[in-house]
Amino acid sequence: MRTIRLGAGAGFSGDRIDPAVDLARNGEIDYLIFECLAERTIALAQQAKMRDPSQGYDPLLAERMLAVLPDCRRKGIRIITNMGAANPLAAAQKVRAVARQLGLAGLKIAAVMGDDVLDQVMAGDYSVMETDEPVQAFRDRLISANAYLGAGPILRALQEGADVVITGRASDPALFLAPLIHEFGWGKEDWTRLGRGILVGHLLECAGQITGGYFADPHYKDVPDLARLGMPIGEVSEDGTVVITKTPGSGGKVSAATCKEQLLYEIHDPRRYFQPDVVADFSNVTMEEIGPDRVRISGADGSPKTKLLKVSLGYVDSYVGEGQISYAGPGAVERGKLALRIIEERLRLTGLRCKEMRSELIGVDSILGGHLSSAAPMPAEVRARIAGRTESLEDAQRIAQEVDALYLNGPAGGGGVSKSAREIIGIVSTLIPEDVARTSVEMMES
Amino acid sequence: MRLREIAHSRAGDKGDTSNISVIVYDMADYPCLERWLTADRVREHFADLTKGEVLRYELPKLGALNFVLRGALAGGVTRSLALDAHGKCLGPMILDIEIPEGREEAPA
Repeated sequence: MRTIRLGAGAGFSGDRIDPAVDLARNGEIDYLIFECLAERTIALAQQAKMRDPSQGYDPLLAERMLAVLPDCRRKGIRIITNMGAANPLAAAQKVRAVARQLGLAGLKIAAVMGDDVLDQVMAGDYSVMETDEPVQAFRDRLISANAYLGAGPILRALQEGADVVITGRASDPALFLAPLIHEFGWGKEDWTRLGRGILVGHLLECAGQITGGYFADPHYKDVPDLARLGMPIGEVSEDGTVVITKTPGSGGKVSAATCKEQLLYEIHDPRRYFQPDVVADFSNVTMEEIGPDRVRISGADGSPKTKLLKVSLGYVDSYVGEGQISYAGPGAVERGKLALRIIEERLRLTGLRCKEMRSELIGVDSILGGHLSSAAPMPAEVRARIAGRTESLEDAQRIAQEVDALYLNGPAGGGGVSKSAREIIGIVSTLIPEDVARTSVEMMES
Repeated sequence: MRLREIAHSRAGDKGDTSNISVIVYDMADYPCLERWLTADRVREHFADLTKGEVLRYELPKLGALNFVLRGALAGGVTRSLALDAHGKCLGPMILDIEIPEGREEAPA
């Protein structure tokens, strides 16, 4: 039975590069797919593009392509990635330059455009899902509006012969669904197979998170050789059944347990996983360990798509100032608490306006909250942390500065101050009819 | 006993909503999990972090429950002031819940 082998070479922008080279070299894969675009990244990329029109794509694009293009070219492995971020065209041009630098002539590179729907959303009558306000309420602060595109334009690029497909915002699983539709000729309304293809994409899109990453818990869930964690391969059959595995000799492990954790990762109702191409249903999925590091997964389904696309809106939300300082030895917790009280009072005395404030002791109550940590033993050292939301960067810097001043003015033995002040880009969402996003594919050759 | 003895978990985030999966190591423990780990029990456990709605979805074929906690992420990863803005730590935290010893009879 014919299978298509998809390799996932990155699960986020900062992911390791050497396991992707291992996939290209030793994975016997047909496609190498890099998912690198978190929710907020595209708004930051849009800001970079506004400063310099040749920028706005993933900062590691060139490094990744330099590492994998020679093996991919030699083996005929096609690459699909959303590293185009806010500027897929410039990213494609960069890949072309890298290919030429490597002496790889005739490489076909496609840029998928049309996810930027800022003009359409501003001109339309849409409401923000999280707040029910009209999108226009964010007008002055809006940076970006990008629709999660489906498999359609990626499929067109593959049909036109692209060796490398670069997208901006697309649904993460669609990066994996598109080559399956291309190879198997699945119908546009074959909801069952489309749902299964979405499951394949969902399982693979976080790369190492299904091969033993984000999983190890010593003595309960041990994972071998995490420093050499292999990235996953999905062997997909025409009916959409998939076997998840990894390259021979790499670290990590693939088991039913690693696959189950990833199946439910960032899922709400497993019967209704909304995607641009289908509403996928994972509720009847079954898993079977069929060999070492091999898990067969079947039983996903799907129902008709909603014909709506989710749009992420990036906007300037606020500024956050933060400072931390450590206390150790007898009385560390009491001195940490005193430090936090001093900062709170200083901010009041100096009239600093904070829209939201958080003060806590790392090692005591910063993650768990007060109730769950109340029974824990007293730690030998704590780190006091204070963070506040402000209207201006200057006010955010003043919060950080007040923590710095604890060195000479605070409790005994405070050390190791760190501080930061930054602009906060918020993300909200809206839904648009799918035909509002006018997609296109631009091809170029090295 | 603690939930950790029979199950593992993983947390994910979407906006201000966290989802936490709880998966039994041995399918024979699933009826016990389904009986004792109710949405109310999880809401109570995380009462410091969210006053929002907690939903539970059952996946008996995987031996898993999926909890969805609305408003649990201090505004969500893009604007939260929390140290763990993603709520990644919520996964292990749920395994601290106490449940009764002993397996249930499997439902007929």
